[in-house]
Amino acid sequence: MTINQNKAGNMLTLAIEGRIDTQTAPELEKVLDGTLDGITELVFDFTGVSYISSAGLRVLLKTQKQMNKQGSMTVIHANEDIMEIFEVTGFTDILNIK
Amino acid sequence: MKELVIEAVSNNLDTVLAFVDEQLEEMECPPKNQMQIELAVEEIFVNIANYAYLSETGDVTVRMETDTERQTVTITFIDRGVPYDPLSKEDPDVTLLSEQREIGGLGIFLVKKTMDDVRYSHQDGMNILTICTTFALQEGQN
Repeated sequence: MTINQNKAGNMLTLAIEGRIDTQTAPELEKVLDGTLDGITELVFDFTGVSYISSAGLRVLLKTQKQMNKQGSMTVIHANEDIMEIFEVTGFTDILNIK
Repeated sequence: MKELVIEAVSNNLDTVLAFVDEQLEEMECPPKNQMQIELAVEEIFVNIANYAYLSETGDVTVRMETDTERQTVTITFIDRGVPYDPLSKEDPDVTLLSEQREIGGLGIFLVKKTMDDVRYSHQDGMNILTICTTFALQEGQN
């Protein structure tokens, strides 16, 4: 998994490529822990995400809870298979997905 | 039928997935089914790695049976850890809003949702969890 960060003022876009799984989710969590201060608009670009497991969902939910307090969070360009995982877990209702 | 016996530690996940993928590729498993099977294998293996042996370590046997003609995959996980039936755990409420949702607890739920059949038994001191999926059946459901 690689994470490309693009910060513009209070907006942060994280373009993720690869798999968000048990082994890579902690890395994403670490990046988020260090970068969300002062961010009011967070965008996850999932164009390059091929796989997500519960470990990745856990990080998304934790981050959504934090962003509820300080701004907005959006997930963009998730592929069909990832969308299906979001649907069965009810994440389509709790995340802002575009 | 092929078997992999491996120490139940999450760092071994890649080895387990490589073992599973090799056989899925042999039977030309569709990418979507492959992703779902990988997901189920990750959730179950990591669960065993995290909880089965508490502070000690132990092995898990991953037994894989494939039927190319019927497009069926059956994977059985066997460990000698603490008796635990993951299917006995109540499903998370996936209709709750983010503030009410608990972080975690989605792993086994995802396994149940993506596989056609999931069974648990405890026999002779072993936890035996079996998942089964059929490609054609899943395609038909979509």
